[in-house]
Amino acid sequence: MIVELVGGDSLIHRLDPRVKIVVAFLFSVVVAVSNRFLVLLLALGLGLCIALLVRLPVKQFFLRLAPVNLFIIFLWFFLPFTFEGKPLFSVGPLVGTHEGVLYAARISIKSNTIMAVLIALVASTSLLTLGHAMHHLKIPKKLVHLFFFTYRYIDVINKEYLRLINAMKVRGFRPGTNMHTYRTFAYLVGMLLVRSSDRADRVHSAMRCRGFRGNLYSLSAFSLETRDVISLILMLALILVLGVLEWTIMV
Amino acid sequence: MDNNGLMIHLEDICFGYPGRPLVLDRLNLSFYEGERTGLMGSNGSGKTTLFHIIMGLLKPASGRIEVMGRPVKEEKDFRKVRKTIGLLFQDADDQLFSPTVLEDVAFGPLNLGKSPEEAQEIATKALASLGLTGFEGRVTHKLSGGEKRLVSLATVLAMEPDVLLLDEPTTGLDEATERRLVAILKNLDVSYILVSHNMDFLKEVTTGIRCMSQGTIVLDDERIPHTHIHVHEHGRYAHEHGRK
Repeated sequence: MIVELVGGDSLIHRLDPRVKIVVAFLFSVVVAVSNRFLVLLLALGLGLCIALLVRLPVKQFFLRLAPVNLFIIFLWFFLPFTFEGKPLFSVGPLVGTHEGVLYAARISIKSNTIMAVLIALVASTSLLTLGHAMHHLKIPKKLVHLFFFTYRYIDVINKEYLRLINAMKVRGFRPGTNMHTYRTFAYLVGMLLVRSSDRADRVHSAMRCRGFRGNLYSLSAFSLETRDVISLILMLALILVLGVLEWTIMV
Repeated sequence: MDNNGLMIHLEDICFGYPGRPLVLDRLNLSFYEGERTGLMGSNGSGKTTLFHIIMGLLKPASGRIEVMGRPVKEEKDFRKVRKTIGLLFQDADDQLFSPTVLEDVAFGPLNLGKSPEEAQEIATKALASLGLTGFEGRVTHKLSGGEKRLVSLATVLAMEPDVLLLDEPTTGLDEATERRLVAILKNLDVSYILVSHNMDFLKEVTTGIRCMSQGTIVLDDERIPHTHIHVHEHGRYAHEHGRK
């Protein structure tokens, strides 16, 4: 299910979505390839500031960060012990290294920074607008279509899934650890696939009936305003500073 | 029209799915301008298949199709057909694929080469004609079943067709929405063929009813099925009687 969190009104809500996408993309790239802690911490601070500007409820914000950090916890279990370098601490026979801990810390900061910015982007722009902005940014048509169709049909497929689950429940199905359960779930997944494919055929037929020949046209137009240009220049400058700090030799 | 108003003409159409008996077996149909025909028939009698063949979504094994006096054979010909004939699908979720109502209704006009402004105007008009003003920005998958059906109809009407093919338009509608649909259909200035099992509905919105059985259309206008008014509990809700 897609639950959109677009409410509220802030400077970031009102920005041209194209600006937001471009900035979020460039920012993510720079953060992803940076290694210096100075740069990473600055970026994290910047990311949190942006998220703060969107005025997302704090609880929502952390709920959305949670899945990423679940993965990161696992990294903390393995990385310190599998990296070679100066020993820092030991747990029984396992030795954690200085380098391993630094590496895990970098990954933690990077992922949280990028996620913070993406959460801010998605929480301040409706998915529809995002799709149209992608279209205007000349992102390949197929990707934009995929994006739109996912948004439109994930709900329909979810409903179909719930119908099937209910049909199973009312006939007394209770999942267990046995062959019958595995087979039933396999049928369920298979049935969903077949139904989705049938649905895709019907949707395509309906589109052909209305003259579809492979092109989707967009009704919406965006316009760059002064505040968009200023934000874009400001953010590009900040990203540039991060880049300069990362790639110049420090004395 | 130079063909005495003959809009759709089917001659000896055969169609079958592999490994099963023919769904359509030498079917003939002549449909004239101004006709409002109901089409009845048991499940699997080929009503939907017939519609899909007229639209060129399925290819008949044999037979001739003429629309507006011109034979149609290939995809190229059917593209023109789809501008004159609009098909309303059984499941509105198949028809509404755009994120918002306005975009979905404007989709057809845009495909026909209209500019975004023109398309938007046509879409707004089509919505208004069905009493759906204010729905433009609504998200399609969050509409109710009845709203979805009416918006689907708007998407078809926005193509400004001369003929409508309506595939079970009342299934899943409550009585109020059905009444609304009846009023809309009565006011439309198009000819249509309408599939339904709902006798009361057919009687109100069509001028004649044909029946499909064993792959052909067997009953013509002369023997018009009739309804009896009677009283019983639950009579408030649209329902069906005496399927045989």
